[in-house]
Amino acid sequence: MKLLKHGAWAQDTFTPVADDAALPHGAVIVSLTRFQKDREALLERNTPLGVRLQSHENPELLGDDVNRLSLVALEFPKFRDGRAFSWARLLRTRLGFTGEIRAVGDFLYDQINYQRRVGFDAWEVPDRFTLEDFQRALTEMTNVYQPSTDGRKTIRELRAGI
Amino acid sequence: MNAPFPAPVAPNMYRYDEFDARFVGERVEQFAGQVARRLKGELTEDQFKPLRLMNGLYLQLHAYMLRVAVPYGTLSSRQIRKLAHIARTYDKGFGHFTTRQNLQFNWIKLVDVPAILRELADVEMHCIQTSGNCVRNVTADQFAGATPEEIEDPRPLAEIIRQWSSLHPEFVFLARKFKIAVGATPHDRAALQFHDMAVEVVRNAEGRVGYKVMAGGGMGRTPYIAHVMREFVEREDILAYLEAVLRVYNQDSRRDNIHKQRIKILINAIGPEEMRRRVDREFQELKRMGTLQLPREELDRITAYFAPPAFETGLPDTLPEAGPDFANWTRTNVHPHRAPGYAIATITLKTIGQVPGDCSAEQLDVIADIMDEFSLGEVRVTHEQNLVLPHVRKKDLPAIFAKLQELDFAAPNAGLITDIIACPGLDYCDLANARSIPVAQAIARKFADLDRQHEIGELKIKISGCINACGHHHAGHIGILGVDKKGVEFYQLLLGGSGAEDASIGEIMGPGFGEHDIADAVERVVGVYLAQRRPEERFLDTYRRIGMAPFKQAAFQKEAA
Repeated sequence: MKLLKHGAWAQDTFTPVADDAALPHGAVIVSLTRFQKDREALLERNTPLGVRLQSHENPELLGDDVNRLSLVALEFPKFRDGRAFSWARLLRTRLGFTGEIRAVGDFLYDQINYQRRVGFDAWEVPDRFTLEDFQRALTEMTNVYQPSTDGRKTIRELRAGI
Repeated sequence: MNAPFPAPVAPNMYRYDEFDARFVGERVEQFAGQVARRLKGELTEDQFKPLRLMNGLYLQLHAYMLRVAVPYGTLSSRQIRKLAHIARTYDKGFGHFTTRQNLQFNWIKLVDVPAILRELADVEMHCIQTSGNCVRNVTADQFAGATPEEIEDPRPLAEIIRQWSSLHPEFVFLARKFKIAVGATPHDRAALQFHDMAVEVVRNAEGRVGYKVMAGGGMGRTPYIAHVMREFVEREDILAYLEAVLRVYNQDSRRDNIHKQRIKILINAIGPEEMRRRVDREFQELKRMGTLQLPREELDRITAYFAPPAFETGLPDTLPEAGPDFANWTRTNVHPHRAPGYAIATITLKTIGQVPGDCSAEQLDVIADIMDEFSLGEVRVTHEQNLVLPHVRKKDLPAIFAKLQELDFAAPNAGLITDIIACPGLDYCDLANARSIPVAQAIARKFADLDRQHEIGELKIKISGCINACGHHHAGHIGILGVDKKGVEFYQLLLGGSGAEDASIGEIMGPGFGEHDIADAVERVVGVYLAQRRPEERFLDTYRRIGMAPFKQAAFQKEAA
């Protein structure tokens, strides 16, 4: 796997940590369970902190802590499970989250454009995936009919010359 | 070489602008890429499946089936001719109109699909979201824009919903499919209350027009009548409200059991009150953000496409005399129109012995000619698998009837017992347990006598070949459900369903009937109605008054004897 962030390959500076493992130095990603259990210790560490949410875990469960996080990883357990599309949107709008939203798990090339529209800005992709694939995924469809968190002008606005 | 077509008439319906055309064109190429990746083996069938489904492509028993979207059931003659051409070129010469007002081709090759989609795009058509776990093609009252009953034409709203729901980034991987219908009349011809979500155009106490939103209706293995989510949503708020409902559904629906993932299950699990509360929270937030507010200018702009055609004035407003067959046809297949001198004419695709909803390429071509000559170039598909000529001059009805007779589409049976809905059933469908089409044909033959049909009056029979209920059996006055009983096709009877404004779910009678007994059982049930009815009572009314017992007793009489 490799990490794609803001349209370019990026070094993954976060270390995923299992629920029962000791915390290493530096930036970590923990589960919601671990976060809720070790909340204070984690927030005191003064290193970037990420939480990985499973598809049934509503980001509102993070409460006000969400904006103390640097990263929220949203998991696709199966590409057919589309709940994370709404979670990303919720993070970017209601919760005002401005950190990294990373897509992890089983998703398809064909979902990347939708993910980007609702607020994802980082992707864990297989090694064979190329930047050209990424660019193509985002440009197959030029215009959009509905507003989303990407703030793109909709076809209605383009028609009205807005 | 085809004969030269008469000049097609362009009806008043939505027309793609550069943005719509580009959108559909790019979507075709996107899907062509997906097909190429599948053919090269870069996508597994498991990965390809949701992608092809989102574009209306099913793998059936014998071949691929391609479902073409007919937004809110409206088609131009140019589009009908293109469908005929596709049927001839890429299928075995037939199209099949469905209970979702769409058209299916049952014999399609995967390699041909990109070419078919390009042909469809040429006439502003597509297959986007005609299947898969996404917002499906929006359906509407087939008499929209023509009936004097309606508050306003619901199709502009349906078109706005179509655009908003097309590749909506948040809602293309929902827990299950999501069907939306719109209507605008007190008499519901679009089965609103059996939809995942439905919008009814209403007028509030102050006389303002807005929308009543319902959600959580559905058929399938767990039938439910929809709950009212909000009695009155202001026009400019409607997309925000619909998005709020979908958002709650996407976030909160179960994902662990495919049979419990429709919105009806969620609403009935948490209760309509809690659902309304959750939706309202999203709605208020969306409203505050303002990005989904529907400006009046946009509504007006879309509405202008559907402006009433320039109806002729001074036409005779009486039905012409043209013999008893014609009189019979007008009795059931002709309905009042908003403009004097005009009528709405239903073409039932239910000639006795016919496969309900099937139409050959040749028949489609003739229908296109009839549309151009007599119906301002327009036709509608109904959820009862019929076609409707929405704007015909009364004085032309005898000529139309004569042409339909030549086509063998002049069955005078709209709304009668032989106007049967049937799903494709085991003859085509991968999911079916039993055949539907032969049962529909057998019942239609049994009741072929027209005097008898008229004596029985309005009676809606709806047949599904499995529990998924594509043939709407729960909503039939008489519903028939095909089941598999130890390898033998068996048919259960349901009585008392209705898909109209008095919506109800049919009650199962008990054990089923064999393939050769089911039509006789229906006949015995109808016999009870004829014996017990009071003046003016439809079958449904009598059933609601006297209940299941007498019908059940009669239906099983032969077995008991």
